Formats: sequence, structure tokens, C-alpha cells
Amino acid sequence: MKKFVDLHLCVQFRDAEILRNMVSKSFESGYRLVGIPLPSNVQPDEVQNIRKICREAGLDFASRVDLTPRNTKELMTSLRRLRRKFEIVAVLCTSKPIARQAAKDHRVDVLSFPVAKPRDRFFDGAEAELAAESSSSLEIDMAPLLTLKGFQRIRLISCLRRETVIAKSFRVPVVISSGTTISHLLRKPQDYSALATLFNMDSSLALSALSEAPLRIVERNRLKLNPDFVAPGLRVVRRKDP
Amino acid sequence: MKQRYLALKIESEEPFEEGDIRDAVWSAVTKLFGEYGASQAGLFLVKYDKQKKQAVLRCSQKALTMVHASVASVTEIKNKRVSLHVLRISGTLRALGKKSRV
Repeated sequence: MKKFVDLHLCVQFRDAEILRNMVSKSFESGYRLVGIPLPSNVQPDEVQNIRKICREAGLDFASRVDLTPRNTKELMTSLRRLRRKFEIVAVLCTSKPIARQAAKDHRVDVLSFPVAKPRDRFFDGAEAELAAESSSSLEIDMAPLLTLKGFQRIRLISCLRRETVIAKSFRVPVVISSGTTISHLLRKPQDYSALATLFNMDSSLALSALSEAPLRIVERNRLKLNPDFVAPGLRVVRRKDP
Repeated sequence: MKQRYLALKIESEEPFEEGDIRDAVWSAVTKLFGEYGASQAGLFLVKYDKQKKQAVLRCSQKALTMVHASVASVTEIKNKRVSLHVLRISGTLRALGKKSRV
């Protein structure tokens, strides 16, 4: 049985009641791991509290930071400062230089693009090639597909169709997330898989983008953030007793 | 023509009338796939339980994904927030009833 993951559950984590409702709704919908975006200055006890609430609801929790840098320099500084603090690092690429830098940086897990401006979605062949080399994934938030209307939704579906074709041809993993801030926009993984057919993503690929692809990111980063990790394929097995 | 039955759960603060649910699904199919797509869906609201907020839809097997996507895309009915969840899909009404108890 697949373990479904929602890497982008945008919940107000400081309100325990809202958080509790949202994570229990997420569990009911069939997810077993959620990534909740946190501010970069989040306190460790707040993270522990979220982890505890998620555990009570039966969910595994992955800490995530969404970076929206203004330039590449700011991106590099943020990555240096925050990479070891969070399990998932996502970058909202608002310009081409940022998109290129984020795609070639191994510290970036997820690339996302603005929904409102289709011209600012820089996921083309060159971007995909860089992303594939650095094992970054393309993230597709499903909430805008539900909230946008008319021409805006048509344009978004068209962009997503183009991007998923590029991602597939360059073997860039695609991650489908809810990206929702309110519970009534949360859907089951099977519903998202059906919605993904709107941009020509077949059902098995969509289900994989909701389970294996995000799970691989979390597992890879948990391994790296483990104090016993030395390098890929190399870890401390035992320490000498003092 | 083979058909599929979808058991739906309607999540909303207040219950809706049968016609509202039917119109919402039809409207969603038409919005996403146009009148041509809707004409191929073979859509029919078989059952609706206002108290339990559950419904059963029938559609053609070929249009199943299309109908599933349309149902998932419904976010409001009569300007009120709503979400429709597909609980189960089956080839016969009896099999659907066994598991989802609609």
C-alpha cells in the first residue's frame, strides 16, 4: 500500500486548534506524512509541538522552509543558513537567475513557480536539465487548480501540461502537493490523481508524485540530517566510548 | 456501454438539495471538459441522502477519470463552501453499497 505524502500543507501552525483540525483532516484523507512550511526563525519547541500534534493525529511530520529570495545572493545565504535546520527546502523561483541557481544547487529539494504569473514560470528544458542533475523536484500545488476560475485556470493547466512533459523527458521528479491553507480545499490523493489528468499526467505517475517522489526527498534529507551521516554511502556505525 | 458508480461524501456546513448537487457536478464537468466532454460522461445522480450527506453518481466507464476530476474540483455550491469526496468507485450499485453503505 502506498504511503501518501502532502509536502505542502500551509497551515497556521501557531494556532493549535486549526493545526489539529487540519492534520486530522489530512489523516482522514489518506495522507501519512505532511510537510508544513515554517518561518525561518521558528523555535525548536514550536517544531516539537507541531511534531507532537501530528503524531497524535497519526501523521509523520517533515519541517519545511519556503524560500522566496529576491536575488541569487540572497538564495545562497538562505541556503547556507537554513539547510541543516529543515528537512525540506523549497524555493519559489520568481526570476530566471533564481530559478537557474536553485535548480543547480544540491541543497534545494523542491522548485516551485508562481501561479499568478504564467510568464514567470521558468521551467524549461535548460531548467529541467539542471534540476535533474541536482536531484531537485518540480512541485505542483493543486489548490490553485481548485480556486482559480476561467481564463486563469485554463492558462495554469496549459503551463502545467507543458511543464510535466518537460519534467518527464528530463526525468525530473514531480511532486504533487495540496498547497492549501484551508481544509475544504484538501482532497484525497486519488482525487488529485484524477485532477492531474487535466495536465496529461497519467494516474500511476500522479500517484507516484503523491507518494514515492516526496517520500524519497524526506528520507534522503533525514539521512543527511542524521548526526551519524558523513557522506553519501558513509555513516558512523559506532562511536568509541569516552 | 459499461458504467461506473461513484459514492460521494458531501462536506459542507449545511445540507443541499438534490438538484444543487446535480447542478454542481454538471457545471463542474462542463467547465472543465466543455459540452462535448459532458455529453460523453453519461452522468446521472442515482441516489442522494440529504441527512447523511452522501450521494451516488453514475457515469460511463470511459468518462470515469473526467467525472472524478470534475467532482474533486467542486469547491462551492450556491456560494457556500463545499467539498465532494469520492468514497468508492464500483461497477455495480450492489458492490458499492456493500462497502460504502450509501
